[in-house]
Formats: sequence, structure tokens, C-alpha cells
Amino acid sequence: MFAAPFDYARPKTLDEALSLLSKHGDEARLLAGGHSLIPAMKLRLAQPRLVVDIGRLDGLRQIEARDGRLAIGAMVTHAEIAASRTLADLCPLLVEVASAIGDLQVRNKGTIGGSLVHADPAGDWPAAILALDAEIEIAGPQGRRTVTAGAFFTGILETAVKPGEILCEIRVTAAAASAYVKTEQKASGFALCGVAAVVDATARRVRVGITGVAPVPYRAAAVERALEGQALAEGSLAAAAGQAAAGVTPLADIHASADYRAHLARVNTARALQRAASR
Amino acid sequence: MASPVQIRVTINGTLHTHEVEPRLLLVHYLREVCGLTGTHVGCETSLCGACTVLVDGKAVKSCTMFAVQADGCALTTIEGLAVNGDLHPVQEGFWERHALQCGYCTPGMVMTAVQLLADRKRPTREEIAHALRGNLCRCTGYTHIIDAVEHAAARR
Repeated sequence: MFAAPFDYARPKTLDEALSLLSKHGDEARLLAGGHSLIPAMKLRLAQPRLVVDIGRLDGLRQIEARDGRLAIGAMVTHAEIAASRTLADLCPLLVEVASAIGDLQVRNKGTIGGSLVHADPAGDWPAAILALDAEIEIAGPQGRRTVTAGAFFTGILETAVKPGEILCEIRVTAAAASAYVKTEQKASGFALCGVAAVVDATARRVRVGITGVAPVPYRAAAVERALEGQALAEGSLAAAAGQAAAGVTPLADIHASADYRAHLARVNTARALQRAASR
Repeated sequence: MASPVQIRVTINGTLHTHEVEPRLLLVHYLREVCGLTGTHVGCETSLCGACTVLVDGKAVKSCTMFAVQADGCALTTIEGLAVNGDLHPVQEGFWERHALQCGYCTPGMVMTAVQLLADRKRPTREEIAHALRGNLCRCTGYTHIIDAVEHAAARR
């Protein structure tokens, strides 16, 4: 399988990358780890005339922790997140999500930013990004802007990142009481249902993000409302989890029926909440 | 028409400089340009892991990487593991524990196991299986492969 011919550029700075995108418009595509784009190019679903490789841009490859806030560069790989001691202590959800992606080789190349921008409805990161209520920083020709997680995913394979823009950084508040529980499609490793839960016992509040179940990843609003202000005991968590697919029309395909996905959403939500609450 | 790009890649300790078409996949570069045919083309869809090589010490599927992305990197392929004819401990493990039948997946299995053992001195059987998840074998049923990696870990 060969991609259609293209020209290749590896800019040294973000500004250089942005100006290449401005100059070439629709004919240019960004390359990060390549684990979504290259398969699409081999199938000729994507045929960019110019590939702009930002995978090694230094400014996008850091994990920073300061005052309870975490900033993760868009080009940090899943493997780097999975191996981060800092993140394991401060926000185990991120480590659990990264470890659950694909396989070792895929985690070594794939990046959090590339995965988010690709916005596969069965990708793992969206659940965590929603549950952590992340801020996503996007650079464009007019400067930088920040989008909240809730406004980021706009459709299947569609996000708030506009043509000519580059996702730079993901920022979250560290959440030690957090967890990810996933049921995967065995052959591909993609999520039939992945649930990220963040528990704030002091404020008596939870946030739940669910991927793989609906065409667009979502916050389980009914679960969150049911637990608002409640003592987060095991029984109440399990009862609230029963509403994890409320108001959602689940996906159905050869891997799982809509009913089964809704069932997984409920079961995995209960498990993720319980594991997060125990931390 | 796309412009060729000059790349400099160190493979098994030797620097290679070539002009390549940007769409050339790393696995085809290794096999057809460099003549290193030990790295196998399996599924070409980043599922089977037969094409696994180490790029700067990390296992990657060379069918899902363009050769231009490896510019400036240090690669290790299956040909680079044995030293003066002495097998690498992982290769020796595959030999001793009969961890292959047809052998097609073996180079990829070995390269992934090399990264695992660089990261973890004595992985458990579960950790070995988890690390090899991206490498498919249709002959052995995996048990002997896990035995082989355990053997290699114990021998170091």
C-alpha cells in the first residue's frame, strides 16, 4: 500500500508550521505520530499534496506540573504519558487511558494531540478530556485561543480546530481520585465503551466522560446530576451509573449492538466511579 | 510530482544517506533501499507487528512510518542484534524455547521484546503478553514466545 505522492516539510518552529498551513491551505495536512493519518493515506482516503511533520517540534513535547495544574504538549506520546511518574501520582486517569491505547508500538508513536484532533468516536482520550474538563490551546494565524473540552468535539472526526490551526497543549486540573475503565474491541483495541471518572469528595461532585458509545463522546450529565451534593457511597455511585446512557442514541455495528454499548456504559461507569472514589 | 528528500539514518551503527521519495515507508526503505530484508512486511496496516524495528530505542511499526520521519534517528533492526555471531539473549531465548514455527513474525516479536527488556529487568508473564500485544503469531499460540522472553530476562 502506497500513499499518493506528496511533498514533505519538517518545520523547526510552530510559526513556520502555521505559515506552511496558511500558504498551502487544504492541500496541506499535519503529521504527528502518523497512526491515524498514514493508514488513511495508504488507503488514499487522505491525499495531501504537502505533509507538514510537527511530530518532533520541541515546544509541543513537554509535560509540566505546576500548582495542581498539568500542561501536556500536543506531541507527547501515549507511551510518555503511560510512563510518567508525575502523572501517575497527580492524575492516574491520564496514565490509565494512555496505557489502554492500542499496543506498545502504537503508544510509542501516537500522540495525545494527534489522537484528539483525529477525534475517532472510539478513541480513548476524549473520555478523559471531558471528565477532566480540560482546556485545549489552539494556535492559529491570528494567535492563540483556548477551547473547553465540552466545545471541542463537534462531530464524528470533527473538532473545534479549524483549517490552518494547530492544537498545542492540553491543560487540566490534577485529579488524584480519577480512573478509566474500558471495554475494548479485541482485534483493534479501540473502545466499545471507555468511561473516565473524576470524583471530588469534598465538593461532593463527579464528572464522567464516555467514549465509544455515541457518535460524539459525551459527559454523562444525568449521572453527574444524580450525585451532585450526595455523599459518594458505593450504593449511590452504582445507582447513579444506571443513567450513564440516558438520552443517548448508542452506536451499533458488527462489534456491539446499541443495547450492549448502553449496558457497557452503565457497568463501566459504576466501576470507574468506584475505583476513582477509592483513590 | 513530489520532491525527493535527503535523509541520514544510522542503522545498526552504520550511517546511511539516501534520497528518498517522501511516501516511501520505512519498512520498504529498510528492505529495498538498504537491503535489510530481516524486517518483514506483514499486514501493512499497523496491526501485525512483523515490521517492528527500534527507532531511538523504541519499538515502532515500520509500515506506519515514512522513511523521511526517521531522518536523524538511530535504528536497530533484527540484523543488528547479534554481536560477532553471538545471538542476542532474546534471539537465544527464541532458539532455546522453540518460540517459532514459520518464523514470519519472529523479527518483530524479537524487536518488541528487546524494548520490553530494556524497560523492565524481570517482567512477569502478564507483562510480557501485554508488551507483545501488537505482534501477531498465527503458529505458536504464544506460550513458547512468552517462555522465550522469560528465558532471555533470566539469562541477562
